[in-house]
Amino acid sequence: MLFSTAGLHFDYSFFWSSLVHPSTAFLQGLETTVYLAVIAQALATIIGLLLALARRSKIAPLRAFVWIYTWMFRGTPLLIQLVIVYDGLAAAGIYTFNNISVGSFVIPSVVQAAIVTFTLNEAAYMGEIIRAALSAVDPGQFEAAMSTGMSPGQAMRLVVVPQAVRFIVPPLGNDFNAMMKNTSLASVIGVSEMFLVTQEINSSTFNTFEIYAVAAIYYLALTTVWGFIQSAIERRIDRRWGIARPPRSWWSWTSSWGRRGVETVGATAGTEGPAILQGVGRPREPRGFFE
Amino acid sequence: MAQPGPTQRGEVPDGSSAPDVIVHASDVHKRFGSVEVLKGVSLVVRRGEVVVLIGASGSGKTTLLRCINHFERIDQGRIFVNGRLIGYRSDARGRLVEERASAIARQRAEIGFVFQHFNLYPNKSALENVTLGPRKVRKMPRLQAEELGRRLLQRVGLESKVDVHPAQLSGGQKQRVAIARALAMQPKLILFDEPTSALDPEMIGEVLAVMRDLAKEGMTMVVVSHEMGFAREVADRVVMIDDGVVVEEGSPAQIFDRPAHERTRSFLAKLL
Ligand SMILES: Nc1ncnc2c1ncn2[C@@H]1O[C@H](COP(=O)(O)OP(=O)(O)O)[C@@H](O)[C@H]1O
Ligand SMILES: [Mg+2]
Repeated sequence: MLFSTAGLHFDYSFFWSSLVHPSTAFLQGLETTVYLAVIAQALATIIGLLLALARRSKIAPLRAFVWIYTWMFRGTPLLIQLVIVYDGLAAAGIYTFNNISVGSFVIPSVVQAAIVTFTLNEAAYMGEIIRAALSAVDPGQFEAAMSTGMSPGQAMRLVVVPQAVRFIVPPLGNDFNAMMKNTSLASVIGVSEMFLVTQEINSSTFNTFEIYAVAAIYYLALTTVWGFIQSAIERRIDRRWGIARPPRSWWSWTSSWGRRGVETVGATAGTEGPAILQGVGRPREPRGFFE
Repeated sequence: MAQPGPTQRGEVPDGSSAPDVIVHASDVHKRFGSVEVLKGVSLVVRRGEVVVLIGASGSGKTTLLRCINHFERIDQGRIFVNGRLIGYRSDARGRLVEERASAIARQRAEIGFVFQHFNLYPNKSALENVTLGPRKVRKMPRLQAEELGRRLLQRVGLESKVDVHPAQLSGGQKQRVAIARALAMQPKLILFDEPTSALDPEMIGEVLAVMRDLAKEGMTMVVVSHEMGFAREVADRVVMIDDGVVVEEGSPAQIFDRPAHERTRSFLAKLL
């Protein structure tokens, strides 16, 4: 056999059975990975919207708070943030996470800490993404809404924010892709997500290469499924705008991964033809509202 | 605003509260930073009147329109729309302060604005563009708003485009949807800022035709436009603005055929 002549031992049957019939523990780890990522991304999007709106506020201390928040969460390793939130806060006597039971369901303290950390961290990125997306919407849209008698709040909520969604989805998709992989960091505080379970299987079987390959394939499956979902969402939004875009090729959506955050907003806006995004990106004189 | 006089809300000492006066602007000054763009503009528009504003690029026409619906704050002067001061109210000591956003929004609901670049909502169908205002501002039930929207789109000749998105409309069609959107709020006044200047020549006629019909039906309109044919036929008055002041105003024939002012003459000469 090729493997044995190379001196490499690859336990194919262990690999295959782990892949096709993963243990209950592994499946629970997978489940934890997914719900951690989904909940944190959803909460981060909401907080990110608030941060983006606060960044445009007239109240200077609020803007300063957002700036400092973003600076700190984007400027320090997620791993350190995790450890500070879970261990650091408890050690300093500031806050200790305890298990919460909701009916028969228990949310372990480490999972709470992980959700909080991933949410706060991702919110800093989402804030920037949403801020860029809001400013990518033609100011004329806000004015058109105001001209029909909408209050500034209504104009934002009913006209500007829905249009910003089109610029938010691609970078949000990239971030969610990263989020699913970054949840593996939660293993350091003891969250039984897919990576920690994989480590545990490794230490009891010593089939290191096989079990990590299986984990990698599951992460790849998650991000790939998400890639398809993201493309479907993008096409649906384009239909809402009356724009028929050809389905993205395999290459185009895999190659958009890995880029993070704000720069993809610009890239998205820039790749559209002028007829498609009438008005967007056209240089405009700043008008009174945005002073 | 500088030098505010003690004025009761809605009361106009110089008699411009006469019920047929829709816009009364007096001595309006507007600065952007250190540059004064409007240098004491006065303008009266009566109910059912069509006033066409002309003047060189950068003379302040757009800024004047934007002040009339309080898209811009003014530095001095007064603007009354429908007999009420727009954007400001007098406080207890009789000084003018800016109105609350919700009050300004209510005032704006009575003033249509048609933009040079249409500013249609690209993520909404033609019908949704028209019905959003009535539904969200007037709290009109959806079905009633849609009935109104269909009627207005029919009125601007776009009954076949009800479900079409702006990306699939020509420039002329977009501007007609924008006019229908303004009409849906049943405004007392519509401001048009160069409504045809972003259009290909062959589409200008269809938009002007809609505006002509509106004028015939008695809509009060202030139109920034250099379409001389339209102005001659439809305008009750043409107002020439230059460098932030009204240079002269009069009937289309007066302004176009016998301009009194040198600056009007040279502007018209360049236009031809
Ligand atoms: N928001 C703004 N900030 C600074 N300058 C402005 C702004 N809006 C308009 N201006 C300036 O005011 C002048 C008049 O502009 P505008 O009212 O648009 O003229 P018009 O519509 O007659 O061409 C121009 O010099 C323009 O550059
Ligand atoms: Mg202009």
